[in-house]
Amino acid sequence: MTEPKMSLVDVRLTVNGKPYAGQCEPRKLLVDFLREDLGLTGTHAGCEHGICGACTILFNGEAARSCIMLAVQANGAEITTVEGLAKGAELHPLQQAFHEHHALQCGFCTPGMLMAAIDFLKVNPAPTEHEVREAMSSVICRCTGYQNIVKAILAAAPKMRASA
Amino acid sequence: MKPAKFEYHAPATVDEAVGLLKRYNGEARVLAGGQSLIPMMNFRVAAPAALVDLNRIPSLAYIRADGDTVRIGAMTRQRAIEFSPVVREKLPLLHEAISWVGHLPTRSRGTIGGSLAHADPAAELPMALQALEGEVVARGPAGERTIKAGDLFSSSLTTTLKPDEILTEIRFPASPPGAAYAVEEFARRHGDFAITAIACLLVRDGTRCKMARLATGGVGPVPLRLTAAETILEQRGLAEDAIEAAAAAAAAAVDPMSDHQGSAEYRRHLTQVLTRRAVQKALARKP
Repeated sequence: MTEPKMSLVDVRLTVNGKPYAGQCEPRKLLVDFLREDLGLTGTHAGCEHGICGACTILFNGEAARSCIMLAVQANGAEITTVEGLAKGAELHPLQQAFHEHHALQCGFCTPGMLMAAIDFLKVNPAPTEHEVREAMSSVICRCTGYQNIVKAILAAAPKMRASA
Repeated sequence: MKPAKFEYHAPATVDEAVGLLKRYNGEARVLAGGQSLIPMMNFRVAAPAALVDLNRIPSLAYIRADGDTVRIGAMTRQRAIEFSPVVREKLPLLHEAISWVGHLPTRSRGTIGGSLAHADPAAELPMALQALEGEVVARGPAGERTIKAGDLFSSSLTTTLKPDEILTEIRFPASPPGAAYAVEEFARRHGDFAITAIACLLVRDGTRCKMARLATGGVGPVPLRLTAAETILEQRGLAEDAIEAAAAAAAAAVDPMSDHQGSAEYRRHLTQVLTRRAVQKALARKP
């Protein structure tokens, strides 16, 4: 087999309600496209093979891991990243709860925690603590801050139900 | 960049996709949900010359009840299966198995066809296909053929699909109303691949067992039907001693592998314990 041809692909997508367009190699991962091409560095690249969940975004409204998707696959998609949560100076209720419950130390996993929890609370708006723990095992925190993350999510759930 | 270079194609039809696979003559890989393939490409364990991305073929995603058969398009997301009322009603075992597959964010992208074609020995969907006696439809240059669950998996990460064939549909016989079911799994963390898992489907008639289906995940290179254990339940019923005998037969039937997660002996032990628990959980679930 000959060396694969290196042709660039067009990517047009909406991120946090704003249209963006770029060009990249097909092998460019979505997380790298968001960070390097669009300058949206709020989404973190952690393990880069779909285990740690730091890169979780909303893809057409559903949580997905942007390190195991190609940028070209997001052509035409609507994406929400952590930058899209706050409205100006007003934090999203889940961000506010993370702030109030000290649900972060180093903050590396936080964008993934927030995006994964938002989707989880959409499908399970009134979860038990056990359900929160099980759902949040999809994102790895190595500061061992789960205790406060779980508290923050449980505290945010009724507020998000009220504003839904 | 993490993955090695490849040529990218996003065909609009299955025929076009099959044509591409034929053209690349075994050097191309099909991209379904990408939840296993892209990590492998990021590690460069896989470096295909081309990707044939099925995500732009919307006709491959559907869940349809068709008489006594449930047909699921290969590109149906695991998340769609998780929340499908049809699956919940007609294939409750599949509904339960899905909850063990990865996490919500991976189920948003991961597909049923991708998981079956990837054939990870520790994955839950191949086990469910075996327990439910499903079959898959494969389309290649010469047309379509169906492959029964027992004939699909040939070894770890390997199926009997040909390099120019695409898995297009999965067909399951709807479980009889009132069938009892359970999935039991042991893994280090919920959402991880199973160290050992057991799927169980039972059709009861009083204390008798009209039909028993048991399948493994994580125990050997392919998901196995535990036919000796099934026969014990069908012949001896569902009393405690019969369940115990079936669990022992299950452990005797498997030939587990050893790896960093557990020894062969440990997996054999888990097979026995989880078979017993799966049958008990299924029986406890419905009157």
